[in-house]
Amino acid sequence: MNPLMVRNLTVAYHRKPVLQEVSFSVPEGKLIGIIGPNGAGKSTLLKAILRLVPAASGEVLIYGKPYKAQRKLIGYVPQRGSVDWDFPTNALDVVLMGRYGHIGWIKRPGKEDVKLALSCLEKLGMENYAHRQINQLSGGQQQRVFLARALAQDATIYFMDEPFAGVDAATEKAIISLLNELKAQGKTVLVVHHDLHTVQEYFDWVLLLNMRVIGHGPTDEVFTVENLQKTYGGRLTFLDQGKLLVKHE
Amino acid sequence: MNLFQHLSDANTQWVLAGTLLLGMASGVLGSFAYLKKQSLIGDAMAHAALPGICIAFLLYGQKSLFWFFAGAAFSGLLAAYFIQAIVKNSRIKEDASIALVLSVFFGIGIVLLTYINQNGSGNQSGLNNYIFGQAASLVGNDVKIIAIVAVILLAVTALFFKEFKLLTFDPQFAEGIGLPVRFFNGLLMVLIVSAVMIGLQAVGVILMAAMLITPALSARYWTERMDRMVVIAGGIGALSGVVGTIFSTASEGLPTGPLIILAATLFFLFSMVFAPRRGLLVNIVKQMKMRRQTARENIMLSMFDLMEEEMRKPAARHATGFGEEQIRGLRPVSKRLFARVMKQLIKENLVSSDGNRYALTEQGKEQAYQIALKNRLMEVYKMYEMKFSHEEVEKQEDIFALPEPLLQELTRYLQQLGRMPVRLSKTGPGENRRNRNNIIGQRGADSRYEL
Repeated sequence: MNPLMVRNLTVAYHRKPVLQEVSFSVPEGKLIGIIGPNGAGKSTLLKAILRLVPAASGEVLIYGKPYKAQRKLIGYVPQRGSVDWDFPTNALDVVLMGRYGHIGWIKRPGKEDVKLALSCLEKLGMENYAHRQINQLSGGQQQRVFLARALAQDATIYFMDEPFAGVDAATEKAIISLLNELKAQGKTVLVVHHDLHTVQEYFDWVLLLNMRVIGHGPTDEVFTVENLQKTYGGRLTFLDQGKLLVKHE
Repeated sequence: MNLFQHLSDANTQWVLAGTLLLGMASGVLGSFAYLKKQSLIGDAMAHAALPGICIAFLLYGQKSLFWFFAGAAFSGLLAAYFIQAIVKNSRIKEDASIALVLSVFFGIGIVLLTYINQNGSGNQSGLNNYIFGQAASLVGNDVKIIAIVAVILLAVTALFFKEFKLLTFDPQFAEGIGLPVRFFNGLLMVLIVSAVMIGLQAVGVILMAAMLITPALSARYWTERMDRMVVIAGGIGALSGVVGTIFSTASEGLPTGPLIILAATLFFLFSMVFAPRRGLLVNIVKQMKMRRQTARENIMLSMFDLMEEEMRKPAARHATGFGEEQIRGLRPVSKRLFARVMKQLIKENLVSSDGNRYALTEQGKEQAYQIALKNRLMEVYKMYEMKFSHEEVEKQEDIFALPEPLLQELTRYLQQLGRMPVRLSKTGPGENRRNRNNIIGQRGADSRYEL
């Protein structure tokens, strides 16, 4: 069964359409890049799938069932800028938030949860920063804390909103190795991504998006000059890069 | 009457218990309002409560804390609704919307209050106390209601602390893991409004927002943990309530609200100046130290660079000392700082001076060499960051802590780039060329690589 199936999803902000009739499904156990120009609705697509923005119409099925029934299967990594990093808390505490869904209401995280959270931090090379204040972390480290939190959710399908945006080399490496580990565990990961240079290197599957779905499928089949032209329209600088990219390969 | 007579008075004790509890509740809930960046909402709610209280009085005909609460909560929530509605349906942003609604509601409240005062029963109503607050006007029954509400507020907050924390930090993620965000948002709002309502009579509508926010602001200075922040804010709120009430009762007729807020403000000022990590004092000292440290490194580095340059010239033309302008010209350091740092360097016997020119001593040369090496290693590390990214170097000082093979590699890069610092040893310049290759010999590194 497909981990994610989206049918005729339409989203509008203030009557302005952002996504129109988006339909696609993704295979299990792949790293999937959601690619498109600024304003193409990439983040909105994730948010609509996760019900963080209301959809005007359409249907989203996670392993064949609606979102509400499958919430426990889903891990979400929001954009780093979506929270105030001056919040009084430390890295470990943020990662523990990933366990809240499992712990249930009112109850406090136990020793097992702390152990698990620490091992998640370790996987991202952040074990030495567990008790560091989150405002004392670099941008890349903050991103890794978010990823560790998603990892702590122990989800089956992950949604990541621009995890590579503005991170340092160490973080980029850590994210890639994490993605590959998740894939090796048979998990499905959807990543909003905007760096065309690295698409072929990182993802086995792509979804090209510009308000509508331009194409989706295995990277080597779909990530073509022609499709990129359609996705990026008149934005020639991007197009040249795309051409170059495909030629190189 | 003196203070002790006051404190032994049963009524005063009641009042104190009341202001203590409401201070605690508003400190705790204010922490959430502050962290959710909704400080101004509390202010709007408090001001907007006034017309509700007046209307409750007009309808009920006499003072009743219960009906006052109901009226205040109703008009407060109505104001909150208007604020949101205006933001949603117009191009007006939240701050302007709050300012607009707050003043309109408060204006209506004042009009109603004036009407009530001019129509007989006004003075007995005690309504005037709601402007600036008068804790002494609290009677046993009022205190009971305040205490019960405050305890409920604290209990609910303790119960859902984990949920409220997540909601405040990252509402999107909270929604993502299935927390009923709308419900908890609503619940938190009701708790905050309730905290405002129970404070109105003692603190007054004008200053209630400060009661909510000041303890939270002060607490933020002392801790980097949410749970501790909430406890500290509750404590500061409670203390402010008690201190303000004592001064108010001891000084016949002074309104309680301003005194409570003044007490809270003193706590805030103290926190702002003396807090251990975020406090002004610590940061000023830290900044001064840092400036001095940077100036010191810059001066050492500049002198090193100048010396290094000299070493490349034929021996006969070596200059041994450099003028202030020359040194400051390489890396800007203010005149004052230069003089102070130089004095220190001379005292430490790292630099010698004849008054005009400064030269590194043997000891100084060694230290300057280490600083230059550290700096330049960091440069190449940054240059090849992608390659070395698995090793995180946060501070320059940490660079020597890198594993030996990595350091050797970095050193090789330095040599290839011709950036390896020259050792300014006392051996004659003729030997210097040979020395260059032995530079890293001291660090146990490989010296096969020629410049």
